[in-house]
Amino acid sequence: MTINLKLNGVEHSVDAEPGTPLLWVIRDELKLTGTKFGCGVASCGACTVHVDGEPARSCQTFIEDVEGAEITTIETIGDTPEGAAIQQAWKELDVVQCGYCQSGQIMSAVGLLQENPKPSVEEINDYMNGNACRCATYQRIRAGIQRASEILEA
Amino acid sequence: MTLKTSRRGFLKSAAAAGAVLMVGLRPDGALAAGSETAQLNPFVKINDQGRVVAIIKHFEKGQGPATGLSTLIAEEIGVTMDQIDYEFAPSNAELYANLFFGGFQGTGGSTAMANSFMQYRQAGAAARTVILEAAAQAWGVEAGSLDIVDGMVTGGGQSAPLGDFVAAAAQLEAPAEPVLKTPEQWRLIGNPQVRRLDSEIKGNGTAMYAMDVHLPNQMVVMLARPEQSGGLVASFDDSEAKSIKGFIRAATLPNNAAVAVYAENTWAAMQSRDALSVEWDLSAAETRDSTQIKDEILAALEGDAEYNVTKTEAGPMDQAAQVVEKTFYFPLLAHAPMEPLTCTIEANEDGGVTLHDGAQMPTGPHMALAQILQLPMDKVRINTMLAGGSFGRRATPNADYQVEAALAFAITDRTRPVKLVWSREDDVRGGMYRPAFGHKVKVGLSAEGEILAWEHRIAGQSIMKGTAFESMMVHDGIDHSSVEGVSDTPYTLPGFRVGLTDTQKATSTLWWRSVGHTHTGYAMEAMMDLVAKAAGRDPVEFRLAHLGDSADAKRKAAVLKLAAEKGNWGNAPAGRSQGIAVHKSFGSFVAEVVEISGNPDDGVQIEKVTCAVDCGIAVNPDVVKAQIEGGVGYGIGHVMRDEITLTGGVVDQSNFPDYEPLRIGDIGAIETHIIPSAEAPSGIGEPGTPPSAPALANAIANTGVIVANLPMINDGVEFA
Ligand code: FES
Ligand code: FES
Repeated sequence: MTINLKLNGVEHSVDAEPGTPLLWVIRDELKLTGTKFGCGVASCGACTVHVDGEPARSCQTFIEDVEGAEITTIETIGDTPEGAAIQQAWKELDVVQCGYCQSGQIMSAVGLLQENPKPSVEEINDYMNGNACRCATYQRIRAGIQRASEILEA
Repeated sequence: MTLKTSRRGFLKSAAAAGAVLMVGLRPDGALAAGSETAQLNPFVKINDQGRVVAIIKHFEKGQGPATGLSTLIAEEIGVTMDQIDYEFAPSNAELYANLFFGGFQGTGGSTAMANSFMQYRQAGAAARTVILEAAAQAWGVEAGSLDIVDGMVTGGGQSAPLGDFVAAAAQLEAPAEPVLKTPEQWRLIGNPQVRRLDSEIKGNGTAMYAMDVHLPNQMVVMLARPEQSGGLVASFDDSEAKSIKGFIRAATLPNNAAVAVYAENTWAAMQSRDALSVEWDLSAAETRDSTQIKDEILAALEGDAEYNVTKTEAGPMDQAAQVVEKTFYFPLLAHAPMEPLTCTIEANEDGGVTLHDGAQMPTGPHMALAQILQLPMDKVRINTMLAGGSFGRRATPNADYQVEAALAFAITDRTRPVKLVWSREDDVRGGMYRPAFGHKVKVGLSAEGEILAWEHRIAGQSIMKGTAFESMMVHDGIDHSSVEGVSDTPYTLPGFRVGLTDTQKATSTLWWRSVGHTHTGYAMEAMMDLVAKAAGRDPVEFRLAHLGDSADAKRKAAVLKLAAEKGNWGNAPAGRSQGIAVHKSFGSFVAEVVEISGNPDDGVQIEKVTCAVDCGIAVNPDVVKAQIEGGVGYGIGHVMRDEITLTGGVVDQSNFPDYEPLRIGDIGAIETHIIPSAEAPSGIGEPGTPPSAPALANAIANTGVIVANLPMINDGVEFA
C-alpha cells in the first residue's frame, strides 16, 4: 500500500505492506538512522519519534496508522525550543555514554518538557520510565532535563 | 574576482594538498615521525591547517577512550579539545596490539587507558618536539625558547599556528624519548571541565553505529538458530517465507548451526525468519533445566575442591567459638547491550572484503574472516564503528557473530553486501552468558571475634577454558577469572583457603562487565558484613582491621574511609538503611555506600549511592564519574531481578519485558569522589560494578533479609 507522510517537514509517499513498523520505514526506506532499534516491542524507547507532536514508539507504530501524519525524528528535533535546550543540556552535562539509547531519551525528554516545562524528579522518573539506558546514564538524564528546563526559562 | 595571494598564503594552499605530520610507532616499536602511513602506524596526524586527529586503537562503546586518548595527545601537543578530532584505527594487531592482550588488538579488562597512557602521551610529545624544532629552524631561534599553546607556536616574540610547521616537521627525526609534560603542566589531563568529544553526534542522531550501515544493494540477513544451544539444522521449509515481500532466499550455514534468511531490508528479514519452519537435530544440544545446573554447582561446593587455589592449609576451624557460613548462588546473565549485535561484510574491488563492525577485538574477526573467506590477512579490512554498548558481549574469543556474517556472505556470489542483524530476542536467548557460579564461605571466629579460618569454596563454569585465551588466563588448571577478587584479595585473612571446582558449561559463557568480580566481589563483601556483625563489630572498622600495610590494602582502606565519610556512614536518616562494600578490580579500588528506604516486604527503594574511587590518575574525571555511575547501575540493575533460566535447555526469557533493564526510577542519585593519585591510570569501565550489588545486599540485610540467592527477588525482596 502507498502511504503519504511528512517526515521532518518533507512529504514522502512510501510503499509498504500494512503492519510494517514506522521504525523500519524511517531507517531502511527513508535512511534516517538516528532513530534506533533496541527491542522492537515497545519496551526500551530507543525508537521514539514524535507523531503529530506526541512521542510514540515507532517500532510499534504501524505504517497504515500514520497516513497524513507529521513525524519528527532526532535529526530535526533541535529545531524546536525544547529540543535545542535538551541537546544543549546533554552536551553541557555529557549525558551520553554509548549513546545508542539517547535519540530516544531526547525525543521523550522533549515530549515531557513540551507538556510540563518544569518537571519534578518524580515526574521525570514517571515519564521517562519506558526509556531504558543499558549504560545507566539515568542520573544525568534527570539532571539534563532539569538543566534544559532552566535553559528554557531563561 | 581578483586573486591576492601572499607568498605565505600560496605556500599554505600548496601544502594543503598533502602536508601531514604523523607520529606513531615504527614496526620495531621506536617512535617515528613522517608523512606517510607506510613508514609508521600513527597515533596522531596533524594537517597544515593545524587540525589534529588522534587515532584511537581502542573501540568506543561509551566508556570514553576516544575522549581519553585524544586528551593525552592534545595535552602533550598543546592544543585545545576543540582543535582535536579522533578516528578509529584500522585492524592491525602488529601495529595496534593491546599491550596486555599478548599481540591481540582489543579493548577489555578496563585496559584502554592503562595500556595507552604512556604510548599516546609519547606520540603527542614527539609531535610537539618536531613541530617546535621545525619552528625553531624557520625562525632561527632555540627550540627550547618555544612552546605550543592552544595550537599556536609561541616564543621569542613570535607566534604562528602549528599547522605552518607541519610540512617541515614531517621531514625531521622523531626523538627517541620525548620529554613529557609534568603533572604540574597539565591543563587537560585531570581537568573535570573537559567534555566528551562524542556528545554532540550522539545527541543529534548523526553518530554512526554498525546497525546504521546502509550499503548500496545490501542484503539483510537474520538467522534462525536452535532454541537449545548446540542444536543443528536437520532441514527447513521456506515455502511460507517466499510469499513475503522482500524475501530473497534461505540457506543453511555451512556449519549447520543456523538457517540464514536473506532479505531486501530488516523488516522483511524479520518476517521471513518468522515464516520459516526448521527441523533441528538436538542430539548434541543443551537440554538441562537451570535448576539442574544450580544443583550441580551447589553439589560441587561440597567435598574436596578440584583445585586448592591459594595452596594453603585449612585454618583451625575446630577451635572457632563461632562459625559463620553462607552459600551464595549467581545465575546466568545476558549482557543485553542496547544496540543488538550486527555487522556488515562487503566485497572490495581488490578481491578482499571490508567488515563494518563495532569491533571490540578486531584481531579475532580479522583472522576468522580471512580463514572463512580464504583471503590473506591484508585483504580483510575492518571499519571499526561506534558500538551501542558491549559490557563484554562484543568481545568474543570465537568472533561468534562475525563468523555468522562471514559464513552467510561466503555462500552468496559475494556481489551484494551482507548485513547480519540480531534482534533483541536473539541477543537475550543467544548464549554467551555470564556463567552461573556458587560460593560457599565458612568463617571461624575466636571468642574475641578474630578470624581464625576463612574457607572459601567456588564452583562454576570456566570462561577461559577451551578458548584462545586459555593459555594466558588458565594456570595449573585454574581459570584466574573464576577466582579473581577472592584468591588475590587485599584483605589479610588468617587461615584463608580458596578451593575451586569447575562445572560443566551451560550453554556458552563469556566475560560480563567485571568478569569474575561480578560474583567474587559480592561473596567477599556480603560475607565481610556477616562476619563483622557476628563479631559484633562495625562493618567499616572490621574491614579496616583486615587491611594491612600493603600498597593495595592502603589504597583499599583509603577509598573505604572516603566513601564512609562522604556517605555519612552510620548516620542514615530515619527510615533509611545503609550498606557498604569495597572491592579492587582491574587495578582500581572502589567503595560504595548504598542507602535504601522501605523494606523487602513492601518494597526497597535505592535512594542514594556514594562512591569513592582510586583509579590512579583520572585522565578525564568526568568520564571516570560517568563510568562509576554506569557501573553501579549495571551491577545493581541485574542483581535486583535479572537472570537467564533454562527449561529443557530453552531460554525462558526473550526480550526486555522479561529481562528487565534497570529503569530510571529504580535508582536515586549517585555521587562519586575521586582520590587524587599520581599512580598510572588503571581500569574504570568495570570497577564500579563489583561493590554495587553487595553494598545493596548489605543495606537490605540491615532490614532483616540476607540475600544469597540472586537475583534478589528470588530471596523474596520486593523493589518499590
Ligand atoms: S525499539 Fe521500540 S521501544 Fe524498543
Ligand atoms: S547511553 Fe548506552 S544505552 Fe544509554
